[in-house]
Amino acid sequence: MDRATIESKLVDLLVDELGLERDDISMEARFEEDLDVDSLGVVELLMALEDNFDVKIPDEEAEKITTVGEAAELVSQKLNA
Amino acid sequence: MQRRRVVVTGLGTVNPLAHNVDDFWAALLEGRSGAAPITLFDSSRLDVKFAAEVKDFDSTAYLPRKEARRFDRSTMLFWAATQQAVADAGISYEDGEPGAERAGVVCGTGIGGIGTTQDQMDVLAERGPSRVSPLAIPMIMSNQAAGAVSIGFHLAGPSTCTVTACAASANAIGDAAEIIRRGVADVMVAGGMEGSVTEFAMAGFNSMKALSTRNEDPTAASRPFDRDRDGFLLGEGAGALILEEYEHARERGADIYGEFVGYGMSADAYHITLPRPGGGGAARAMQAALDDAGVDPVDVDYINAHGTSTPANDVTETLAIKSVFGDHARSLAVSSTKSMTGHMLGGAGAVEAVIALKTVSEGVIPPTINYTTPDPECDLDYVPNEPREAPVSTALSNSFGFGGHNVSLLFRSLRATT
Repeated sequence: MDRATIESKLVDLLVDELGLERDDISMEARFEEDLDVDSLGVVELLMALEDNFDVKIPDEEAEKITTVGEAAELVSQKLNA
Repeated sequence: MQRRRVVVTGLGTVNPLAHNVDDFWAALLEGRSGAAPITLFDSSRLDVKFAAEVKDFDSTAYLPRKEARRFDRSTMLFWAATQQAVADAGISYEDGEPGAERAGVVCGTGIGGIGTTQDQMDVLAERGPSRVSPLAIPMIMSNQAAGAVSIGFHLAGPSTCTVTACAASANAIGDAAEIIRRGVADVMVAGGMEGSVTEFAMAGFNSMKALSTRNEDPTAASRPFDRDRDGFLLGEGAGALILEEYEHARERGADIYGEFVGYGMSADAYHITLPRPGGGGAARAMQAALDDAGVDPVDVDYINAHGTSTPANDVTETLAIKSVFGDHARSLAVSSTKSMTGHMLGGAGAVEAVIALKTVSEGVIPPTINYTTPDPECDLDYVPNEPREAPVSTALSNSFGFGGHNVSLLFRSLRATT
């Protein structure tokens, strides 16, 4: 899966699963500060990533994600590993 | 020292008949039923396939989807009712504002997030523990609504939850009034809700033989005090009141629906689901509300009955009313609005308190619909089928819950108390 497809699918998940506004989302947007996604929301997102991209994301890697772009990068690494 | 007085300055409701107080009141006076075939889930496995659902409820009318999706349906219903009541009272607080520490919330519910419980139990069974939502616990807990309202409306005073089955939101109103009387707060959001039209809850009530099985005619299913009643109509919904200390309300020039004057509680101490035969427990709750208010039984004009349309409740409640009111029981009006709304369980007490306050402020009594065949054991004036114009200065509202919890709330018009 190419990076653009991952990013666009990730944005769809943030809108559909977390109820975020599409216009607020950019690859640079930080979950906590910019998108008001709290720790529970991050766990929901990780579950959605695992389900929709069919990857496994260990907690210690998940904890390092702060931006949307970093989430896309992690998914990309997992898919190409 | 004179006791601090508590008045009602805001009302809100979302229920099977309407999504606001004005439309609700109009529907009650029309005698409309909220019963219909179930739409919230596939009811094909159930014996009873109808309920009184809150129809076409759109949570995003009250909150952005990002926040609304983190509330159980029951919490969302209470949030909506609270938003209306707060706007009606014209009172609001900023985060951290000093006055906000004098404002709080008591929210009652029978069971809280039973819909989320069922959904997440399905997830656990089908997909395993790693897929149970991080929101499962906050959405299931019975105090989610109290917490959500405290956070969302910046209420930093007392915030708590009553969980006494079908008496829950009546307890919430009484407890909130006591908090104001005690001087701990000046303003309280008080009420409660239920959002339990789910397959699991319906199955449980059905197994208890508590529900009406009138699938062929849902709108005739809830027929309190009628001889042919066969059980209750499951409903859902929420009611919220703004209770306010009288001087506080007067100083800010608030419109006042009426005064909260009496809170009565008792326990049947008898059986987990059946009322004590003879209605002694219910009678003591009504008497306690009258005593709390210092109101003479003959001054009560209207009783909004618990009136569930179960064979046992309606006879027992009739006996209880007769034992408290004596001869006056024949001259006061008693109606069960559950004939229209169905039984909203933990939300019933609050929605019916809204009705009691509207009767006091409007001078019209909503009817008991579907009343066609008198039951010799239920022989009071149940305001059958048609609303009645009548001056109501004092109204009592009964709520009795599984567990034997009996609660009576007494409201008076300000013209009767000042």
